[in-house]
This record gives sequence, structure tokens and C-alpha cells, in this order.
Amino acid sequence: MPRAWVFGDDLDTDQIVPGRYAPFMVGQDKFHLYAFCDARPGFAKEVKPGDVLVGGENFGCGSSREYAVAALKKLGIGGVVAKSFARIFFRNCVNLGIPVLESTDAVSRIHDGDEVTLDMPAGVLRGPRGDAPLRPLARFAKEILAAGGVVAYLRAHGDFPQVS
Amino acid sequence: MGRSVNRTLAEKILSRASGRAARVGDLVIVPVSRVMVHDSVIDAVMAGLRDLGKERIWDTSRVCVFVDHAAPAPTPVVADSHRVLREWVREQEIPTFYDAGEGVCHQIMVEEGYCEPGTVIVGSDSHSNSYGAVGAFGAGMGATDIAVALALGRTWLRVPESIKVTFTGTLRKGITMKDAIMRVVREIGTDGARYASVEFHGVGDLPQGDRITLAGMTTEMGAKAGLVVGTPEAPDWLFPDRGATYANEVTIDLTTLEPQIAVPPRVDQVVDVSAAIGQPVDVVFLGSCTNGRLVDMRQAAAVLRGRRIAPQVRLEVVPSSRRQMEDAMADGTLLALSSAGAVIGSSGCGPCLGRTGGVLAGNEICLSTANRNYKGRMGSPDAAIYIGSPYVAAVAALTGVIDDPRPYLEASDAEFDELVARRRAERPGRGAASVRSGDRSRELVLTAARSGPAAEIDD
Repeated sequence: MPRAWVFGDDLDTDQIVPGRYAPFMVGQDKFHLYAFCDARPGFAKEVKPGDVLVGGENFGCGSSREYAVAALKKLGIGGVVAKSFARIFFRNCVNLGIPVLESTDAVSRIHDGDEVTLDMPAGVLRGPRGDAPLRPLARFAKEILAAGGVVAYLRAHGDFPQVS
Repeated sequence: MGRSVNRTLAEKILSRASGRAARVGDLVIVPVSRVMVHDSVIDAVMAGLRDLGKERIWDTSRVCVFVDHAAPAPTPVVADSHRVLREWVREQEIPTFYDAGEGVCHQIMVEEGYCEPGTVIVGSDSHSNSYGAVGAFGAGMGATDIAVALALGRTWLRVPESIKVTFTGTLRKGITMKDAIMRVVREIGTDGARYASVEFHGVGDLPQGDRITLAGMTTEMGAKAGLVVGTPEAPDWLFPDRGATYANEVTIDLTTLEPQIAVPPRVDQVVDVSAAIGQPVDVVFLGSCTNGRLVDMRQAAAVLRGRRIAPQVRLEVVPSSRRQMEDAMADGTLLALSSAGAVIGSSGCGPCLGRTGGVLAGNEICLSTANRNYKGRMGSPDAAIYIGSPYVAAVAALTGVIDDPRPYLEASDAEFDELVARRRAERPGRGAASVRSGDRSRELVLTAARSGPAAEIDD
């Protein structure tokens, strides 16, 4: 059963992967092992595929570094649920195919370590104290996520999804 | 037609680019006039292009490539990555390539005229908002978005809401546009402009460098773009309509502005300098796309010329581009800074992001003129970073503490020496470890919380 990792407001990308552990600095095969190494020591060892990150406002702010999201992808994170997201982080998640969903309630209803289920079709994050509703994604983002990311989408369709 | 047709600058640019009436909230697909790529993402960008099955980029004349983030290469792994980047640039026959030592991508993009006003530019760095200094809609994106833009020459954007920031009055001596933008960040907070465009009014005629400081720091409020209205570079059509709708409006009076200090570890925890006077520092960094230009170095030199920095302090100066560095060499500014004891780094991002140059040790306290003070940003996660203007930086280097720069700029030589001697004598502790015990960031965070919004901290 996947568990939740709960963070607060304004979690910046330097907390997700510090610049000094960029793939550029430590190699493509190692950078994900430094995920949350300052903010949550032990995270990269304990996290299991399918686990869900839960956060407050402005999740993923700061640097545009996509390797912060790439590290989450490598570790098999099943989705990120937060009150709101920084714009570049949101795009990076959609592009790399990590479900990225807004929820007002999740950060208060879900506690760190809770067993959770991200039920995208039902639009909820299920936890031991009830379900946290997820804000529906725009069709554009949904189509890219469904394809597994923007690269897979473009390979299959040759262009972006239709807008409006 | 019930709605007003008055449009913000962002709506005008994105309407023109997308060929349709773009209103807030619409998704649009737009051509990009340039794509900016830098060294620290090149592997991911190349992998993205490979995965897309696009071996050739869409238009080599519209791509600008830079080696600036960790340059010159500090380690063999970085050196390898730079080698791969150079080979890619040669293979793709990209004519616009700036190698290590040429400067920070954003400074060169603007000063060398790569940013066409009124167009959309995407860059692989979050401070690509800087291009709004000349009215270009610059937006930072991740490596895959950049790979897609390189492959297609297009990107998708949600048309942002706009926040109108109006500056009135004139700056007094010792106050800079860095203080002005920090005052704005204090007002709006790190996520107050999330997904929005920040439109600056009343400063179009400022020097280009000041406009880069303003536009670039909109990133620290979560903005998608930061656009300066009424610049000399702007074509006739590039102005927001009177009566355009704004999500928020902020007015800052420059005449009454005080020097501003951002307290670690948040860039929106900002206090007037009076609250931070006496805060000891170990390291001072003058540089970055925010404050590494000739004018910034001159401001520092105005304080430091003919003097030596405090014995316990290290000062690192990193010009933002070769042009800025050579201008500062030619007029004696760099010589004055070097004679004062500064380490002069080669043009580039320098230690701003903790990958090269003088990274911070645990427990060290830095006063930086850059734009971010997150935990771990410039090296050790146990270091603390205060942010201020070049004047504040110079005085901190000289005295070893944060102080109001204005008295120094007005003082006679004798008064000046007395000010320096007093601050040095009051500076608590000797050496990094004991200085850290003098870090007042917790107390200052409380001050910031009382004086402005959006200041809360968990640990």
C-alpha cells in the first residue's frame, strides 16, 4: 500500500534536489538518491514506488530544475497532491507524466505516513480519515498525462493537444 | 462582447503571438522567437530531443546556448557535460554559443539584443523572466518543455492574470531598484504572483540593468513573466490598454524607500535595514543576473575604494558578463574592488547557486546581492543567506556586519573611518562558527512577520 509523504507550504526545488546534487554534478544515475536529503533525510531510501507526496501552497517553487521532478519519477512517485503548485514544477510534472493534482483538503486530512490511494477516475485521494477531493485537471494536461508525458504524446500525435 | 476589450501587456503579446484574442485563462499555443538553453540542463534537453525523435532543432538561428551555471567546470563530471554540450552545438551548427566566462545567460540575452520586445521567449532557467526588461515575454521552463520548443518552435501557455506594480517618486542616494523590487516581493510574497504576469509601470526609462533586476526577480513571486512597460526598446503597439483588468495593484513610493534586507531562508521575509543593523556576516557575494553589472560594481566601489574589507570577511565579485567585466576593468572599478580585498570571479552565475566559486561552509553567514536565499542555495544547508543591494553588500564587506549604507555615502573621511571602526568593534564573535551564533534571522523573521504579509516559517 502506498504511503503519503506530507510537506508544508512553499516547498522549493532546492529541497527536492539541492543544486549541488544536480545530475550535472553527480551523474545521471545518482541524483535521485539525494531527493529531500536536507529536508527529509532518509527519504530516497525509504520511499516506495506509488507513494504520494502531499503538500500545501506553492509546492515546487524556485528553480526550474526539471531534475527535481525527474528524481521523483525515478523513485516511482505515484503523484503529487498539494493546495497549489509553482507553475514550472506543475508543467514539469505534466511533461514527465507524474499526476499533479490540486486539493484544498489533502494536506490537513492526510498525515505523514498514512496509507493512501490516489484514485484519479474518482477524483479523490483516499486516506484513513476519509477522502480528499482533487480539483479536476484541464483537458490539455489530462491528455498529456494519459499518454505518459509530453514526449510520448507528441510521438503519438505529432503535435500538442487541441486548445479550446 | 459584454467584457471590456482593454488588454494587459501579457494579453497583447500572447494575442499577437497566437493570432487570436487571448484572454486571461485561455490556453494558447504560440511560436517562440528564441529558445535559451544553458549548461546545467543540456543532458536532459538532448535526451528529450532524442526521445522526441527530433535529431535536428527547428531553427538554429533562434537558439542561444550558454555555459554559465557551473563555469568554468568545477569537477570532471561537469567538464564532461560541458564537452557534450560543445559537441552538440557544433553538430547542430548553432551559431549563438557563449562558453564559460562570457557571462550569465540572462545578462547576455538582454544586452546583446537577443530579446525581441513583444515576442515570446522560453529559457531553461527560471530567471528567464528577465527578458521582460525590454518587453519580451520571457518564461522559464524545464528541460522537456525546452526540448519540445527546440523541436517545434512553439510552446503552450495559459494566458496569465496580471499584477500591476507602479513606482512613484525618485530613488534617494544609497537606495537602488534592488531595494525597490525587494519591497515589492515583501508586499506580494513568494507565491503572490503565481502563474501571473507582473507589469511594471513608471520605470520604463530606467537603465536596462535596473529593468533586468526588476523583471528577473518576478520569478521570486512565482510569476510566469515580468514585463516593464514603456521601455525605449518597445514597438508602438506594445503597451497595456488603459482600463485593462488587474488581479492586484501595488504602488511603491521610491522617495520614501528604505534599504531592504531579505532574511534567510525566504526571499519574502524582508525587513528595512534598520531592523538588521549589526547582523554579522562572513561572506559577501556581489554578482548574479540580479546585481552583477557595472553599475552594481561601481556602487560597491564607491564604498570600498581606497579601503580594505574587514579581516574576518571574504568578498567575492562576479561580473554578470564579459562586457560588464571589461567596462569595470576599463574605468578602474574592478581594480578598486580587488585592492579592497575582493576575489574577482570570471563572469557567470558564480556562487549564486552553490555549484562553483566560493560556496558557503556550514554555519557561515552570507550577504548576497543575488535573488535567492533558500536553505542550501549557495552551498551548505547550514549556511544562512541575507539578500541586499550592492551598497549594503559593500558596507557589510567593509564592517563585517549589515548596516545602513547611507551614512557612509554622506560621511567625511574621518566620519567614515569612525563608522567602520565602531561597527567592527561591535561585531560579535571571531570566525565562522562563533559568528553563526550571532545570526539574528529568527528574531528578524518575527520582525518581518509583523511588518509584512506572507512571512511564516516552520523551522
